[in-house]
Amino acid sequence: MRRSTGWLLCAPALAALAIAFVWPMLVLLRMSLNVTDESGVLIPAWSLATYKRLIGDSYNWGMSWDSLVLSATAATAAVLLSYPMALFLFRTHSRWRGLLAVVAVAPLLVSGTARVIGWLVILGDHGLINAVLSFFGLPAVTLINNWAGVRIGLTESVMPYATLALLAGFGRLDPRLEEAASTLGSLPIRTFWRVTLPLTAGAIGAAWLLAFVLSISAFITPHLMGGGRVFVLATEIYDAATQTLDWPAAAALSVYTLMLLFVLGGAKVAISRRSAA
Amino acid sequence: MKVTPLLAGIGYAFLLSPLAIVALMSLSDDQYLTFPPHGFSFRWYVALAHNAAMLEAARTSLALAATVALIALLLGVPAAFALARGAAPAVVAGVLAAPLLLPTLVIGLGLLMVLQPLGLVATWPGLALGHLVVVLPFVVRLMMSAFAGLPPEMAEAASTLGARPWRGFVLVTLPMALPGLIASATLAFLVSFDETVISLFLVGPRLVTLPIALFRYTESRTDPLVAALAVVLIVLSATVVLVVDRLAGFTRTIARS
Repeated sequence: MRRSTGWLLCAPALAALAIAFVWPMLVLLRMSLNVTDESGVLIPAWSLATYKRLIGDSYNWGMSWDSLVLSATAATAAVLLSYPMALFLFRTHSRWRGLLAVVAVAPLLVSGTARVIGWLVILGDHGLINAVLSFFGLPAVTLINNWAGVRIGLTESVMPYATLALLAGFGRLDPRLEEAASTLGSLPIRTFWRVTLPLTAGAIGAAWLLAFVLSISAFITPHLMGGGRVFVLATEIYDAATQTLDWPAAAALSVYTLMLLFVLGGAKVAISRRSAA
Repeated sequence: MKVTPLLAGIGYAFLLSPLAIVALMSLSDDQYLTFPPHGFSFRWYVALAHNAAMLEAARTSLALAATVALIALLLGVPAAFALARGAAPAVVAGVLAAPLLLPTLVIGLGLLMVLQPLGLVATWPGLALGHLVVVLPFVVRLMMSAFAGLPPEMAEAASTLGARPWRGFVLVTLPMALPGLIASATLAFLVSFDETVISLFLVGPRLVTLPIALFRYTESRTDPLVAALAVVLIVLSATVVLVVDRLAGFTRTIARS
């Protein structure tokens, strides 16, 4: 096939993405340079005033920090929970292996809202956990419309990605090395610390960063589980765009979030290069 | 070592508990989403079947997902073919996958800023364009691996026997890539059917998709209707995935990408 034919075949897809993706991103960037006056009216400009306003507001620093801490917490919990699952799937010879692997990533194909509804019932004021607590005569706990609920929901929502990333990185884990360690008299826990964990450290790093990036990008879970009382970058962008209608602020916050994600993406590439070398 | 299966079991329990509880609560007989339910019935499924707004949203979502899947295949299959045959630089593949690297929230916001001045918010073209951004990368990626897995000898034989390139592609290559085409169409349909965040910016009072109806309902009310609707969405996705897995090895395709 000739090059010109190749370009011709790619042209419709590239044109569609130019219209529906590149153009909107450029407009977003341009919008972040506009300003809004005190009454909220949009004034076209080429100015960094919106960025200065956001940077000068200590609220945004706190909110931004909260986002990072939340994402780090959710990523850590997701990797801790997914690691044994991935290790089990990697090692098992069970004939259920295929099914169990599908079940581990199946939530990816289920609407995020549907999973949030499940958590609302489990964690809610009249939910499963509080029903169990009251059965034992223990005081009720509040686990929705606050950070605890968002942390739990977010952890679950990024787990399938963490499992996939871990499984993809387990290629370097040669079962014969673990066998050799145990033949030489190493206890299972020692084999894990000295052989399994070091060999899978790269996979853990890659999975953690993926979970972290996805947690920062997540909107549905913080919005619905937080019940309007949890403020992170994603919910701020949404509120600025649809509630306060401050488009320059929404755009500037988006640009800030994208820069954060690019830095993290660069770190992810660096880690996967190192673990591949 | 018996510790790993035990810990893996805990992970699975955590991961699947929200889906299990949604299935249970959809059968609740109560007025609100309280646990444990005081009785079981199908009343919320019946209520769902009589909810005109939800049915309208379901029709919108089905038609939209089918349209978006068709457009994504028409645009994505030629590009994937050229890329798989090395007739276009590999950087094009990277460009076509780029939207998956950005948060859908930011993509949706950008689309809102472009489409609002054009009066295309809350219209079919606007929604379809928004969904296409996240659906097209999946189609290109799946079809590239489908085309790359085909033996080139067959297409060469067709060409030796005098078939023009276009005829060889339609009569030889495309039928051999059918499992990949089915998998791509399915994934495209599912991604569009479940898409929530981009749609949030592009729907309007007169044009609402099913995930948005579920999202808005969850924001404001908590009765078992949302659980019933969630189960319908889950069963639909699962059925499509299982059927296609039988036909085309869908999960293998996903696992490879």
